[in-house]
Amino acid sequence: MSKKLLTAVIGTALLGLTAHTASAGTLEDVKAKGFLQCGVNGSNLAGFGAQDSSGKWTGLDVDLCRAVAAAVFGDASKVKYTPLSAKDRFPALQSGEIDMLARNTTWTINRDSALGFDFRAVNYYDGQGFMVPKKLNVKSALELSGAAVCVQSGTTTELNLADYFKANNLQYNPVVFEKQEEVDAAYQAGRCDVYTTDQSGLYSIRLSLANPADHVILPEIISKEPLGPAVRANDSKWFDIVSWAHYAMVAGEEFGVTTANVDEKLKTENPDLKRFLGEEKDQHIGKDLGVDEKWAYNIIKQVGNYGESFNRNVGEGSPLKIARGLNGLWSKGGLQYAPPIR
Amino acid sequence: MVTSTDVRDDGGRSATSLLYNPVLRQIIYQVLTCAFIAWLIWYAASNVAENLARANMTAGFGFLTGRAGFDIAQSAIPYSSDSPFTRALLVGFINTIIIAVCGIITATIIGLLVGIGRLSSNWLIAKLCTVYVEVFRNIPPLLVIFFWYKGVLSLLPDVRQSLSLPLSVYVSNRGIFMPAPVFGERFWLIPAALVVGIIISLIYRAMARKKQMATGKASPILLVSLALIIGLPVLTFIALGTPITFDPPVLGKFNMRGGTVVGPEFLSLYMALSFYTAAFIAEIVRAGIKGVSKGQSEAAAALGIRPGLTTRLIILPQALRIIIPPLTSQYLNLTKNSSLAVAIGFADLVAVGGTILNQSGHSIEIIAIWMGVYVTISLATSLFMNWFNTKMALVER
Ligand SMILES: N[C@@H](CCC(=O)N[C@@H](CS)C(=O)NCC(=O)O)C(=O)O
Repeated sequence: MSKKLLTAVIGTALLGLTAHTASAGTLEDVKAKGFLQCGVNGSNLAGFGAQDSSGKWTGLDVDLCRAVAAAVFGDASKVKYTPLSAKDRFPALQSGEIDMLARNTTWTINRDSALGFDFRAVNYYDGQGFMVPKKLNVKSALELSGAAVCVQSGTTTELNLADYFKANNLQYNPVVFEKQEEVDAAYQAGRCDVYTTDQSGLYSIRLSLANPADHVILPEIISKEPLGPAVRANDSKWFDIVSWAHYAMVAGEEFGVTTANVDEKLKTENPDLKRFLGEEKDQHIGKDLGVDEKWAYNIIKQVGNYGESFNRNVGEGSPLKIARGLNGLWSKGGLQYAPPIR
Repeated sequence: MVTSTDVRDDGGRSATSLLYNPVLRQIIYQVLTCAFIAWLIWYAASNVAENLARANMTAGFGFLTGRAGFDIAQSAIPYSSDSPFTRALLVGFINTIIIAVCGIITATIIGLLVGIGRLSSNWLIAKLCTVYVEVFRNIPPLLVIFFWYKGVLSLLPDVRQSLSLPLSVYVSNRGIFMPAPVFGERFWLIPAALVVGIIISLIYRAMARKKQMATGKASPILLVSLALIIGLPVLTFIALGTPITFDPPVLGKFNMRGGTVVGPEFLSLYMALSFYTAAFIAEIVRAGIKGVSKGQSEAAAALGIRPGLTTRLIILPQALRIIIPPLTSQYLNLTKNSSLAVAIGFADLVAVGGTILNQSGHSIEIIAIWMGVYVTISLATSLFMNWFNTKMALVER
């Protein structure tokens, strides 16, 4: 039996057999076991979720897991990671194997409703793109008629691809694999002409190819891919904590609070910032959320604000060098915006 | 006194004997087991329902009529992203059947040859066959698949440098591209002629048998049948003025255009399953032949029957009785192993079902469909092989 089938069967069996006990909220479960089980990228997608040779996890999605742990435990290191392929991620979350999913997962209405998840925060605004070998001399996706296109199954990518080629009346040959490593290998072996996935993913994958300079990413963005954390539906307490962990990172950037200066900022007289850092007298934002009053302080102190995390993992401070673009603060022409923390 | 003891004894025995009564005990055990299984099913089902309700998810097969939205690379029937999920499942199911049938046929042929080869008196052939069996039997099937996919087929040249064979056949790491047949208007007459040829030769065979029983004279059944089965369609083909044309593949900007293609995913799965299963079949064949007692061939030789006829009419029919039951499980294994397709991206039932599971979130329904289909395929194979087995069984008088 294939591994995939096995995972699915076990996932479903868990869904069937473990239910009666898992009825407490996820927050209580997480507190009781003492760590957060976070579902992340299974294929070492540098910048989002990747494990280095010493076993340490880094990435934008990994930082979100750490931020949630910092909020819940006051300790960002209390996270255990479950690497998941595109196909395995949803059964893993449905069955309760993981507490949250932070794995470049697109928020769609279908996943939000029919699949039984909840999405709200978006930690990376992305869109689907195409990568081709330079030697094919392609300038636009509209020239791709007749190409063999490599794509990962069980993704929004696969659906957008079918729609885009159909809408533009182009022919193509899908070459579909379940694991990203297999797609990478097929693309490199020349099994297909084009690689399509989220543009951020393309940047990351291009860096892992033998000769990154031999591949170009085409200008067309064919879809909206708001990537964000997902939790099981109908657990609003847990949903709030996961969402606000992201918003706290964004608010940190808005306030200009960083890992380096957060202790100094504790002395602030700004009431807004005081509340954010848990310094207001008798405040109960943290208590109402179900975490410590110092939750946001801990996130910034141990993980950093959104800008720091972006820069370190995918931005100028990383090999990927992705511009802030849509992921800049709203006040700087981007879409990252934290609702008021009050 | 004696009588009363007897009575008391009897009473004691009937009270305990109820507990020790083997029939009653069996019934109790069976009822308990059934009740336990029923409870387990009920428990699992109610849990699933509760969990689905909590997650705002619905159960049921209604979603299957929705638009699939994804494309499938290998499809034997017309399919597009606008087709419903049911059609996508059908595509996967047909692909599973195709790979299973092709694999079973090839594995049986290779297995038969290798199995007989291991018994050969030629030292080299016997050793080569032994090496084959030992190598393939001891490697997990997934590795054999990867061996073909990554080790052999992906080393073929790029499409733009395809090996060009005669008759517009091109071989590259994207598969084997061949001219696609385009059938003329009255092409159907050719398969019809084939069917007619088969029917006539069956009738001829029956008549020839009767004649042989009555007069002892043998007729050239094989020759006449071959002439009928091949000759009739060929004649029809010529008479219709070759009602078939070919659309050859040509290299486009990216890929070959036109023609038909057998992809490396199908090829490697097919080769791997055939070669892997053949190793087991070879052993079964060898055991079957060895299992026929030596006296049989000696008796045949004493009667002056030729060695070829001895094998065909005396050894093989008896060996088949030993071969068929384990062969059935090999066929079932091959069919089930075809679900390893998912590792190399061949769109079999499991791969397509997995995609649907992921896109729709209906995991329980998809897993139920998988299990239902595999059980059905397996039962159908077993039923057929059992029927074949009874037909082959020695008729004892
Ligand atoms: N955002 C899309 C696609 C996400 C996705 O799976 N992307 C690929 C390529 S960037 C990936 O991360 N694969 C890694 C893996 O499967 O382990 C979705 O949510 O469906």
